[in-house]
Amino acid sequence: MFFLKYILRNLFRHKLRSVLTIVGVAVAVLAFGLLRTLVGLWYAGAEHASDTRLVTRNSISLVFPLPISYLDRIRGVQGVTTVSYGNWFGAYYKEQKNFFANYAIEPRGYLELYPELMLSPKEKNDFFLDRKGCIVGERLAKTYGWKVGDLITLKGTIFPGQWEFVLRGIYHGKEKATEERILLFHWSYLNETLRQTVPRRADQVGYFVVGVKKPELAPEVSMAIDSLFKNSLAETLTETEKAFHMSFVSMTEAIMVAIQIVSYMVIAIIMVVAANTMAMTARERIGEYATLKTLGFKGGHLGWLIFGESVLISVSGGVVGVAATFPAAHWIEVELAQYFPYFSVSSETILLELLAALSVGVVSGIFPTWRGATIRIADGLKRIG
Amino acid sequence: MSEASEPIVRIRNLSKAYRRGTQVIPVLTDINFDIARGEFVALMGPSGSGKSTLLNLIAGIDSADQGSVLVGDVEITRLGESDLARWRAGSVGFIFQFYNLIPVLTAYENVELPLLLTHLSRRERREHVEAVLNVVGLADRMDHYPSQLSGGQQQRVAIARAIVTDPEILVADEPTGDLDRASAEEILQLMDRLVHDFGKTVIMVTHDPRAAEKAHLIRHLEKGELSVT
Amino acid sequence: MGIPYSYSFRNLWTRRLTTVLTASGMGLVVFVFAATLMLTEGLEKTLVETGSSDNVVLLRKSANSEVQSGVERYQASLLESQPEVAIGADGMPLLAKELVVLINLKKRVGDKPANVIIRGIDAASLKLRPAVRLKEGRMPRPGSAEVVAGESVAKRFKGCGLGETLRFGMRDWRVVGVFDAGATGFSSEIWGDRDQMMQAFRRPVYSSMIFRMRDPSAFDAYKARVEADPRLTVEAKRETQYYLDQSEAMATFLRILGLVLTIIFSVGAVIGATITMYAAVANRVTEIGTLRALGFQRKSILASFIIEALLLGLCGGVLGVFAASFMQLITISTMNWASFSELAFSFTLNFSIVWKSLLFSAVMGFVGGALPALRASRMNIVEALRAT
Repeated sequence: MFFLKYILRNLFRHKLRSVLTIVGVAVAVLAFGLLRTLVGLWYAGAEHASDTRLVTRNSISLVFPLPISYLDRIRGVQGVTTVSYGNWFGAYYKEQKNFFANYAIEPRGYLELYPELMLSPKEKNDFFLDRKGCIVGERLAKTYGWKVGDLITLKGTIFPGQWEFVLRGIYHGKEKATEERILLFHWSYLNETLRQTVPRRADQVGYFVVGVKKPELAPEVSMAIDSLFKNSLAETLTETEKAFHMSFVSMTEAIMVAIQIVSYMVIAIIMVVAANTMAMTARERIGEYATLKTLGFKGGHLGWLIFGESVLISVSGGVVGVAATFPAAHWIEVELAQYFPYFSVSSETILLELLAALSVGVVSGIFPTWRGATIRIADGLKRIG
Repeated sequence: MSEASEPIVRIRNLSKAYRRGTQVIPVLTDINFDIARGEFVALMGPSGSGKSTLLNLIAGIDSADQGSVLVGDVEITRLGESDLARWRAGSVGFIFQFYNLIPVLTAYENVELPLLLTHLSRRERREHVEAVLNVVGLADRMDHYPSQLSGGQQQRVAIARAIVTDPEILVADEPTGDLDRASAEEILQLMDRLVHDFGKTVIMVTHDPRAAEKAHLIRHLEKGELSVT
Repeated sequence: MGIPYSYSFRNLWTRRLTTVLTASGMGLVVFVFAATLMLTEGLEKTLVETGSSDNVVLLRKSANSEVQSGVERYQASLLESQPEVAIGADGMPLLAKELVVLINLKKRVGDKPANVIIRGIDAASLKLRPAVRLKEGRMPRPGSAEVVAGESVAKRFKGCGLGETLRFGMRDWRVVGVFDAGATGFSSEIWGDRDQMMQAFRRPVYSSMIFRMRDPSAFDAYKARVEADPRLTVEAKRETQYYLDQSEAMATFLRILGLVLTIIFSVGAVIGATITMYAAVANRVTEIGTLRALGFQRKSILASFIIEALLLGLCGGVLGVFAASFMQLITISTMNWASFSELAFSFTLNFSIVWKSLLFSAVMGFVGGALPALRASRMNIVEALRAT
């Protein structure tokens, strides 16, 4: 009790210094938390992917299509429930910077496979019936101010030309992690247009989405599908949606690793700052420590005194940082909505933030604690005056 | 209390040298002397004569190279770090030139400090602290911080802190060195009272001949060697 | 009358531990600052050096990259015979019709898949890219299932080393050579015979055309004419511009990331500097009083502490830049979003980054030192002298 009181009073001795250190730790902890959340988001797509959905694509790479004729053969594989297919369309809205994911898909099977895209029965039906119809996620609709019935024109990059769609429905995600920045339209619309303009590119799909009865069947079904098309002109590669997402994620991993390193570096920097502050504080009080030792206090007592102050400062900074994380994440979620589907901080991140703050306190306290605990009284007293 | 002739401090063949780089500077060479119980001893000598070092050795806050210091029946030169700290807490009170009060603690809390190392309850501690603050005449100032007290008052708080555990010996390093004449006089009278009324043994290092006059015995240190006046 | 600079310097030296700790905190920040600049610089340099300003790239209109593009054969033959195309020493036009696709390969380390650009080359392809030099082995024989791999691909991907084989398009392709393309994007590509590849991939159209301009200054007129031609659906870009566009998204991302990180980090470092300088002032109150009593003016005291803070910042800056210079040894490989393909590039340090970093560190020192220095200069002489 007494020591706690002493530590607290010491904290208020250099108010400015303590406040600056607390702010420093808070900023570092906040940055650490946000960077971690950012990295987590990168992997979120893969983590939330369903394990009863498989993706079949051309084994050479994604830029090579598969013939639509594969559809029936895939349907025939044992364990397969629904099969849908689609193409990455890669078009943009008005200007190149207005880029979002857009796919040409076969609607009925697709919406059956992706129940997390929630549409009212009327909107769903309208979409199915209109060959030039499209649906978009709520967030995307909000970004561009689209309403059902609007005419949306996209400029194609892979499939050249101006493409016109009528917005037939706005879906919202069942879960927070569901991507709401997608535009989906009828594959048949794309295909019929291609038949007239570039017939050689018609009747091809970028990928098949295959539903399986239960997750355990996934490896078996994948192998069965791939072996169907072995040694054909377009060999397939079938993997779970999760693995498919991961293959994208892993391609940009270097950057994510860099961000991760940087997030730890933030903590390292503040550790140096806090260690410096504590070293300075302890040095100024060496005379006091010597006095306490003269009175019979032991190294351990002094150790707790210094260590406690260091930990208390850092943990206060950590708490402030954690408290700031929530409004900051909320701000990002609202203001930067077009870049992030959602920005929610996991409890694991909060825990790590506090742990980081604690370790800043511990590490920055070690050296001064050791100095204070082992100071020779006669030397310490000399410094007074 | 045993007979007055029985020495409470016995110093035998005490030597101490400091090393500065490769140079060895002898501070104390082969010191022998006794201090009787209830005595008020003044150690005098020019700067660098080793008087503060000798005081530190008696108080157990510095270690000797050779020889022994016995206080009561404890040979403190043989105690380890931890035992020495325990011994200091109970058996010796230290009074500093610059008072060395903890600035963030009140007068009361400063005096209470050594008692935190004992097993006394909060109430018992309160009684002790109030008693010694009464002795030094500062009972009405116990909630003041050091910065709110004058130099003389601060030194009286420091003395209260030194005697609160009721040690047999008090060591004082230039206790009046930083004070004006009037305050110095007060402090010296207080120390005199501690010797006469409370039977403490006081060992004081000083430059001030007026302070030394209060003592029963003045010892001079010159170049690490002792002489009696 | 000013206080000698050596006073500031010696004060830093006296408090070595604090100086080192504060400077290393700032050094880390400068390191991050410099490293992100170096990364962006490296990316841009790689992609800019890939292109040559005399070369023109022809892509299908609105295609962002060669991989997305397609140039029909009849359009290619029209474009081939344009007068702007330079003629080589052998009397053949310096023009290449190429096929560019992505293939999925696994990395040697970690077995992770990544997209690699595979380029079907024409006779003139090599002449158009002077940066590309064969390092080991030989070039593929026309009409054979042979490929050469860029150095960075050969090192990092399975089956891409000299003498190894790759399987795609129902054929095995032997790697008969490794080429060195310096710090260009070509280092991350695999090259093989175009016609063989078009057959293997069942691609009836070319992806892109590259040619050298007879007179590079005639580009604007050429571009206007070609793009207005109703028979053609292509877009002409200078090769340098094409690769610059390829780097844009990634470079912008890195720049924003670097900026955000630097701002966050510098808050920490400036706080560190402020604390250190406040302590420096607090420890020297009597000294400051003495200096003032001796007749030094407030502004001299102010200048002296500001110089101390600047020196502290610069120490950090030098430390940071020194550490960052070692990053040049590191090559990053990641997917370039513009082309969806793997691209390797190195951290690149240049003079402008060095001085920007040092300036940045000095500014951090200044910001951190300003308030404490002001406090030192405002101190009352009598009170300062009385303080112990």
